[in-house]
Amino acid sequence: MAKKEVDDRFKKFGTVSFTAITKTNDFVDYLEKGKVMGTKCKDCGALYFPPRSDCSKCLDSNMEWFEVSGTGKLMSFSELKYGPVGFEDDLPYTIALLDYGNHKVFGRISKEIPFEDLSIGMELKTKTTTLPNGQLGYVFERV
Amino acid sequence: MGKVGIIGVGQSSFVRGYPGSIRELAFDGFKEAMQDAQIQTKDIDASIIASAPEYDKQRSPAGVIAEYLGLIPQPTFYIESICSSSSTAVKVAYSMIKAGLHDVVAIIGFQKMSEISSSESQERMGRGADIQWESPFGTMMPAYYAMYAQAHMDKHGTTLEDLARIRVKAATYGQINEKAVYRKPVSMEMFTDPESNFSAPVAKPLRVGDCCANADGSSCIILANEKKAKAMSKKPVWVLGIGAASEAVNMAGRDLLTGLTVGIEAGKQAYAMAGVTPKDIDVAEVHDCFTIAEMMAYENLGFAQPGEGKDLIASKETYKEGSIPVNVDGGLLSKGHPIGATGGSQIRTIVLQLRDEAGEMQVKDPEIGLVHNIGGVGLYGNVTILGR
Repeated sequence: MAKKEVDDRFKKFGTVSFTAITKTNDFVDYLEKGKVMGTKCKDCGALYFPPRSDCSKCLDSNMEWFEVSGTGKLMSFSELKYGPVGFEDDLPYTIALLDYGNHKVFGRISKEIPFEDLSIGMELKTKTTTLPNGQLGYVFERV
Repeated sequence: MGKVGIIGVGQSSFVRGYPGSIRELAFDGFKEAMQDAQIQTKDIDASIIASAPEYDKQRSPAGVIAEYLGLIPQPTFYIESICSSSSTAVKVAYSMIKAGLHDVVAIIGFQKMSEISSSESQERMGRGADIQWESPFGTMMPAYYAMYAQAHMDKHGTTLEDLARIRVKAATYGQINEKAVYRKPVSMEMFTDPESNFSAPVAKPLRVGDCCANADGSSCIILANEKKAKAMSKKPVWVLGIGAASEAVNMAGRDLLTGLTVGIEAGKQAYAMAGVTPKDIDVAEVHDCFTIAEMMAYENLGFAQPGEGKDLIASKETYKEGSIPVNVDGGLLSKGHPIGATGGSQIRTIVLQLRDEAGEMQVKDPEIGLVHNIGGVGLYGNVTILGR
């Protein structure tokens, strides 16, 4: 008998993924196509980033994908000089939070932006990236 | 319904590399609390064991520890909310006593963090955040708090010097706390001296000097209903108010980056339940895992207006002689932060203060004390108000 196929696409997300199986696995396919996607509840219109497969507002599971587009305001950031196990080769790197108005996105700042150039309130955009180890992710870039 | 009182408090020394197992570590804090309460194990009706489970090899530590402490066949429960585990256990014990299920409940918090390396420990703490959507970016505790520091500095003009002042205060008292892991003095110059590791960045803008030390340790708090507390204890300290709150695990779910909403919300609940205001607090223990965390706690608890925490520390109002002494036992910064034991240790400090037994650290004649204990990066928050 053939082994049951496991949909573990999510293990491709980020430098080290700690999750392999999730109903939001399509997020990874979208990353491969160059799109960073959140989810929207078809019933009540609630927007979610990071994406969710279930709506906590109306307790329904009727979601559709939307693309994170345009620019977001930099809410805060921090450059790490030490990393957890598995991230040593990436150091130093800068994590950050962008505010898109109706949702926010947490991620990393592109290494192409010098740390000194960062300031809270500046506009950045979210772009997909392939990491040096072949994993998929996204970074915040200059507009 | 009667009151709930604290009749015994204890903690182990907080140390690097405790030379024993988790049950032996738990014993140290428990023994001190039992000697303090002057009761026997048969007087305890139930125990709650609190820790963050990922640091130990033992699965379900509650049973193992309850047996080692002589607390069987009484029921034992396991509670975890990362760094706020033992104060969460206080809320559970309080509820059980109020419900009349148990008369006397012992809370034993512990953490033996030294069996894993510091970076592994950080990685586990990072997994206290959102492992699906954030940990893949390589997040760590200091970096999350650093984002709060960056936002606070941007909005309120808080400086690195302001943050360093909080560390200097912690060390003032860490030096005289014989249970503290870090007992050396700290000067403002260490934060600017390139030769000192205190000035080395960990996650900008936070430096080594802004971060608390990992430590192994245990704590124990024994609670009783009013009747038993009065019969068993000469100086019971009463639980006047308890507040607890939770927040989005993912940073993307948060609106406020200059304070912790769980601290604000739990504080409001505790003040309302106790019928007191921030001005009534005579001594406080706040969760200073990082200097910025104490700065935000001043503001979130109403000791200072938003953005004015820096003035409170600059004028030394949070020193022992000031208007609102905070962390005059060295705090997590100097005392150390053994995750599951921390809340119980904070409560012990306030109980000793209210009993006028804090020795060199004693604040003058306090009547009402407050304990603010945070789990994760403001994921969980507990505020407990105690009175004599």
